[in-house]
Amino acid sequence: MIAIAGVSKTYGTGMQAIPALQDIHLAIAPGEFVCLLGPSGCGKSSLLNIVAGFVKADAGQVLLDGKAVTKPGPDRGMVFQEYALFPWMTVEENVAFGLEIRGARPQDITPRVGSLLRSLGLAEFRKRYPKDLSGGLRQRVAIARIMALNPPVMLMDEPFGALDALTRRTLQDEMLRIWDASRKSVLFVTHSIEEALYLGTRVVVMTFRPGRIKRDIHIELPRPRNTSGRAFNELKREIEVLVMDEQARYSEAERLGRPG
Amino acid sequence: MTDRVSLGQDFRRIAGALAVPVAVLLFWELLSVSGIFRPQVLSSPVAVAVRWFAYLAPTEAYNPKTYSWISWALSGELLSDTLASLGRVVVGCLIGGGLALPLGLLMGGSRRINRAFNPPLQFLRPIPPIAYIPLAILWFGLGNPPALFLIAIGAFFPVLINTIVGVRNVDSIYLRAALNLGADRLTVFRRIMVPAAMPYILAGARIGIGTGFICVIVAEMIAVNSGLGYRILEAREYLWSDKVIAGMFTIGLLGLGIDLCMNRLSAWLLRWHRGQEN
Repeated sequence: MIAIAGVSKTYGTGMQAIPALQDIHLAIAPGEFVCLLGPSGCGKSSLLNIVAGFVKADAGQVLLDGKAVTKPGPDRGMVFQEYALFPWMTVEENVAFGLEIRGARPQDITPRVGSLLRSLGLAEFRKRYPKDLSGGLRQRVAIARIMALNPPVMLMDEPFGALDALTRRTLQDEMLRIWDASRKSVLFVTHSIEEALYLGTRVVVMTFRPGRIKRDIHIELPRPRNTSGRAFNELKREIEVLVMDEQARYSEAERLGRPG
Repeated sequence: MTDRVSLGQDFRRIAGALAVPVAVLLFWELLSVSGIFRPQVLSSPVAVAVRWFAYLAPTEAYNPKTYSWISWALSGELLSDTLASLGRVVVGCLIGGGLALPLGLLMGGSRRINRAFNPPLQFLRPIPPIAYIPLAILWFGLGNPPALFLIAIGAFFPVLINTIVGVRNVDSIYLRAALNLGADRLTVFRRIMVPAAMPYILAGARIGIGTGFICVIVAEMIAVNSGLGYRILEAREYLWSDKVIAGMFTIGLLGLGIDLCMNRLSAWLLRWHRGQEN
């Protein structure tokens, strides 16, 4: 159970101060898949970085099973849009890294890494370096890398944003399969309405500057979700109105020379 | 048909690559046979080639009682000079680079350490290693120690500067990913910063070895009685311009060889690296 309690964050001071987040309250139960949705500059990535422990909140706190988060840790595995695989390590070494530095024994690491690579379709790439992999494969490795530590919470910062549409859908399905099998809490940042609706049990729409929660919508659509179905698209239109309002405010700020 | 075309292309390519060197050699040969220069000043390329093989060949006749065949074949002056110079470069660069690498890692990784060490180092850095020769001889006398000192200084700064820059330029996303996976500061330093900085460090090592190689030749001309630098200066005293040029040619070959080896080594160490063509 992860609880975001009254988190605020402002970057800069004085005239240049940018209020990124204002009094965010959000609780994510085990097994929930929460998508944070909003235009650039709505603070969704800031919020994720605060939950990850990379950035300190000015006010409020993040609680993981009742304990305050103070620094980054493997109990909140993060998948980055830029993959962030260690390029000097092979696929296998990347996935083993977290276990290795935690002091796991080699005889325990090898089978765990092997089964993760097999389940993500990476077995034949185990000796490759990240530079030789496609974006989709790289992101699979990044997912395997945090899965190795079996974190109760997965944080995903626009993980499929740089992938082509078809690869993106494949990885979304893969992600749903993993989530369904492990019932982890997922906090997933995206600016794609369709992606949020396809994946989330909840879609949280955020406002542009200061970032606040505009709407918290429980998505009851049955799975697998049909992206061309009527219910899906009615919901999509509804959310689109909410998001485009904020996008308009973002464009206005950009026009006035205060870009995100 | 296609074979013939590609053969013709190959021929043209080789001819194109050889044209300038052959022309230069011909011009040089003409210049030396014309009698404008005395052979003591400028030997002909043929004389240089002959001298180079004589330099390479063993000095004594083969006698199975004293040497094995292989050590006789390798007993020529050129090989012992080359090995002497090469050994000095290797040891000197290991000393210089071995000191620069940990210092550079610390200076790149810690602002405090950088503040403490940076001013004196920036002050010493512009002094060319050659300017240390008098001090090196005063401190270490003649022989290998002053030569190694000089080479170490030559190799030190390029490795140091590149290591600092390399550590500073580590993409913070790797640090965040490592922290997220539970790495502590020491692990981040060892497993992330050092390998991520490796392309810079190796580039620095390559420049450092180049500087060290300049230093070894100079040091041998002044402070040591062996090696390629010593040999070409000795040949000058006898007015053997053919041997001077043969020695210079060998220095060039050795430098090229060292650089090729370094290139291979870094290609292997950086086999993960995106920018690596090999």
